[in-house]
Amino acid sequence: MSTSSTNPAGGTDGRKAPAGERVADWADGRLGIYGLAKANMRKIFPDHWSFMLGEIALYSFIIIILTGVYLTLFFHPSMNEVEYHGSYVPMHGILMSEAYASTLDISFDVRGGLLIRQIHHWGAIVFLAAMLVHMMRVFFTGAFRKPREINWLFGFLLLVLGMFTGFTGYSLPDDLLSGTGVRFMEGAVLSVPIVGTYLSFFLFGGEFPGTDFVPRFFSIHVLLLPGIMLGLLVAHLILVFYHKHTQFPGAGKTNKNVVGMPLMPVYMAKAGGFFFLVFGVISAMAAIATINPIWALGPYRPDQVSTGAQPDWYMGFSEGLIRIMPGWEINLWGHTLVLGVFIPLMIFPLVLAAIAVYPFIESWVTGDKREHHILDRPRNAPTRTAFGAAWISLYWVLLIGGGNDLWATHFHMSINAITWFVRVGFFAVPVLTFIVTKRICLGLQRRDRDTVLHGRESGIIKRLPHGEFVEVHEPLGQEQLHALTQHHQYQPIEAGPVVDENGVERKRTMAEKLRAKLSQGYYGQDSQIPKPTVEEYQEITSGHGHH
Amino acid sequence: MSQTGSNKDVSEENLPSEQATAHEGAMGVPPRTKSLGEVADDPFADPGLPPHEPRVQDIDKRAAKRSERTVALLFTVSMLATVGFIASYVVLPIDKIVYVWPFGHISALNFALGLTLGLALFCIGAGAVHWARTLMSDEEHAQERHPIEAPPEVKAQVMADFKQGAEESGMGRRKLIRTTLFGALAMVPLSGVILLRDLGPLPEGKLRHTLWSKGKLLVNQNTNEPLRPEDVGVGSLTFAVPEGLEEDDHDFQKEVAKAALMIVRIQPEDIKDKRELDWSHEGIVAYSKICTHVGCPISLYEQQTHHVLCPCHQSTFDLSDGARVIFGPAGHALPQLRIGVNKDGYLEALGDFDEPVGPSFWERG
Repeated sequence: MSTSSTNPAGGTDGRKAPAGERVADWADGRLGIYGLAKANMRKIFPDHWSFMLGEIALYSFIIIILTGVYLTLFFHPSMNEVEYHGSYVPMHGILMSEAYASTLDISFDVRGGLLIRQIHHWGAIVFLAAMLVHMMRVFFTGAFRKPREINWLFGFLLLVLGMFTGFTGYSLPDDLLSGTGVRFMEGAVLSVPIVGTYLSFFLFGGEFPGTDFVPRFFSIHVLLLPGIMLGLLVAHLILVFYHKHTQFPGAGKTNKNVVGMPLMPVYMAKAGGFFFLVFGVISAMAAIATINPIWALGPYRPDQVSTGAQPDWYMGFSEGLIRIMPGWEINLWGHTLVLGVFIPLMIFPLVLAAIAVYPFIESWVTGDKREHHILDRPRNAPTRTAFGAAWISLYWVLLIGGGNDLWATHFHMSINAITWFVRVGFFAVPVLTFIVTKRICLGLQRRDRDTVLHGRESGIIKRLPHGEFVEVHEPLGQEQLHALTQHHQYQPIEAGPVVDENGVERKRTMAEKLRAKLSQGYYGQDSQIPKPTVEEYQEITSGHGHH
Repeated sequence: MSQTGSNKDVSEENLPSEQATAHEGAMGVPPRTKSLGEVADDPFADPGLPPHEPRVQDIDKRAAKRSERTVALLFTVSMLATVGFIASYVVLPIDKIVYVWPFGHISALNFALGLTLGLALFCIGAGAVHWARTLMSDEEHAQERHPIEAPPEVKAQVMADFKQGAEESGMGRRKLIRTTLFGALAMVPLSGVILLRDLGPLPEGKLRHTLWSKGKLLVNQNTNEPLRPEDVGVGSLTFAVPEGLEEDDHDFQKEVAKAALMIVRIQPEDIKDKRELDWSHEGIVAYSKICTHVGCPISLYEQQTHHVLCPCHQSTFDLSDGARVIFGPAGHALPQLRIGVNKDGYLEALGDFDEPVGPSFWERG
C-alpha cells in the first residue's frame, strides 16, 4: 500500500479513503502499525477454560490500578496524630493517624469511596489467588518448559511482588490489625543476625512504630512495586504473544502449529468481555461483602491488639511458619541468634523459590533441548505432578498453621494439638502427598493404556452363546487414540560408564550421579507406565486378542 | 471378562462417532488431510483437525436473530444499570443503613452503587462473550509456529557483527580502559547506598531502655489514675503505663510500644520463682506486655493458671513462674519490672527493666 505516499488524500481508485483508514495510514507512517497488525490481528489463540486464569490475574491488576489511583485522591499517607471528628460517630474524639482518619473519610464521607476501597481490596485478593492458580495451571501442564522458562520467572516475580504490594497496601490504613502485622514484620526483621536492628531502624526511621512507615510504605505500594510489576507484566504478555500460546494435545494440534480462533474478532470480544465480567463480579463482591472494616478495628496502638489477628490470605503461609516454629534462641558471646524467628524468615523465600526454580531442575534432569508447545496432561508427568501437589499440600499445611487460632476456636480443638500437627505435617504431609499423587498418576496412566488397548466400557452387557456375560468395549476413535498416545516418554539416563571408550577409568561427578538418580526417579520403571505401542494395539485389535 | 476389537453387535448408526461422520458427509465438509492409508498404518497417527461443526446460529437465521437480540438486551441492561448507578449516587444519602437479607444491616449507597456498577460491567462482558460464542465464526484455524531460536546463518551474522563491534571498540586490547570503566561502574552505585544512611538513626542502646525508672508511678491505662495495691484484685489483669506518658505526646506510640505493662496479683505462696517474688509487691507482679516473640501486645489472661497468651502467635507464658515460655514460638520469658509502694501508698517502679523488652535481636545478648 504505497499509494498513501503518492496519493495521500485518496485510495487506489482515486476516491477519498474512509476516515478510519486515513487515521490508520497516518499512524502507520509514524508507528508502522500495519506491520504489527499483520502479525497480530488474526493471531490464533487456543481455547481452554484454564487459559482464562491468567486473564483474571491481568484484569484484576488493571482493576486494582484504576481503583488505586482513585484512592490516592483521598488518602493521606501521613502518621500525624489527629483527633477524629468525621461522620463515624463511634470514633469521635479519638486520636489517630491521618492515614487512618482519611481511610475513615473514604469509607464514610466520600460517596462511593467505600465501594472503590472494597473493590481495590477484593481485587487484590482475587489478583493473588488468580496468579497462584494460573501458576499451578502452568506448572501442572508443563507450560513452563522451553521456551517459556523466563516467562515463568516473570510470572513468579509478579506473584512475589504482588504479595508484598498487598502487604504494604493493607498496612497503609494504620488500623489496629494492619499495625499488628507491621509489628510482626518488624520483629522478624529484628531477628536477622548482625544487621537486624539496623534494618529495622532504617526501615522505620528509628524505633517502631515511629512516624515514617506509612509514607514509606505508600511510596513502595503505589510507585515502586506497581512500577516494577507493570514492566514485568508487559514483558510477560509480549512473551506470551511472541511464543504463541501453548495448546492441549488433540487431533490436528502439533508442536509446530497453534490451533484456535483469531484475536480479531473472537478473542477481542471474549477477552475484552471477560475483563468486564471480572470487573463486574468484583464490584458485586464489594457491594455485598465487607472487606477489611477498619472502622471496627480502631487506630493502631502498639500496646493493643485484638484476637483472631490474621493477615490477608496470601501472607497466611508465612504466618504459619512463624507460628509453628519452636522458640529457639541461642545466646553466645553477648549476642543472640533468634532462630525461632530467623529460620521461618529464611524458609519463607525458600518455599517460594522451590517452585520458581523447578523448571530448570526438570530441564536439567531430562536434558531436553526441544521447544514444547503441546501441554502435558498432568498424569503423564507423575513426578512433576507429585512435586506440585506436595508443594500445594505444604502451602495448605502452613495456611492451617497460620490460622491455628481460628481452627481452634471454630472447631473446638486444642491449639497445642493443631500446632503439633502442623509441626509434624510440615515434614510428613508433602512426602505423603508426593507418594499418593504419583500413585494416582500411574493409576491414571494404566487406565489410559487400558482404554487405548481395550476400548472404553460401553455399559452394554452381552451374553455369549455358552452363557457367559461380557461387557462390550467400544474401540476409541482415532482422535482419542491420538490424544492418549501422543505424549513423549523419556527414558532414564545412565550416569555414564565408569570406563571411557579408551578403557581409561573416569570419575563420575557428583552432579552426573545425582542427575542419573533423579532421572531414574522421574522416568524409571516405577515412575511411568509404558504407553501402548502400535504393535500391541494391532495385536489386540486384530481379533486374536480375547482375554 | 471383556471383549475387545469389535463393535459389530452394537448398532453402528447409534454410535456418536458414526453420527459425526454422517453429519460431515451431509454438510459437505472437505475430508481430513491425512490419507486413509496412513491411518491404517498407524492407528495412533494424528487424524488432523476435525471438521467444523456448525452451531444452530450458523444454520438457523431465527436462532441467530435471537442471539443478536440477547446481546443487544445485555448491552441495554448495562446502560440502564449505569443510569441506576448515577441515580443511586444522587438519591441515596451516604449514611443510610438498610437491612438486606441475607447480608444484614448494610450501607444502602455502597450496596446500590456496587450492584449497579457490577451489573453494568457484567452485562457488557456477558454480551460480548455471547456475541463471540454464538455469532462470530467459531471455525478453528491452524497457524504455524516458528522456532524461537535464530537460524544458524542469522546467529553467525550476529556473532560476526558483535566481534567486529567489540574489535572496533578496542575493549579487549585496551585493558586499562576496560578495567577503569568496570571500576567506575562498580563504584558509582555506592553513592546511592550512602544516601540511604539517613533513613533512620543507629540503634545504639535505644532498644534497651524504656520510660520506666525508679519512682515512676504505675498508671492504670483505662482510668488514667495511679494504681494502689488495693486496686489490683486477684484474678484481674490490669494494663499500666508510666506516669507522665500522655496519649498526645509526640513519641507516645514509640514509648508505649516498649513501656506497656501487664499487672496481676498472685497469692505469694503460688509464685514459684524466687526472683519474681522478690520483685513483686505482696504478690502483685508487673511484666512487660510486649511479647518476646515478635512484639504483639499480650492480652489474654487465664486467672486460674496465671498463664497469659499472646493472641497473635499463641506464645504462652506462666506468670506465676517468672513468665517463662510454656508453649508457642517465643524464645524467652517476659521481662519483669521491679515494683514497690511509695510513701503515699501508690505502686511505683523500682527501676527500668533489666533486659530489653519485646522481640529478640542480635545485640540483645
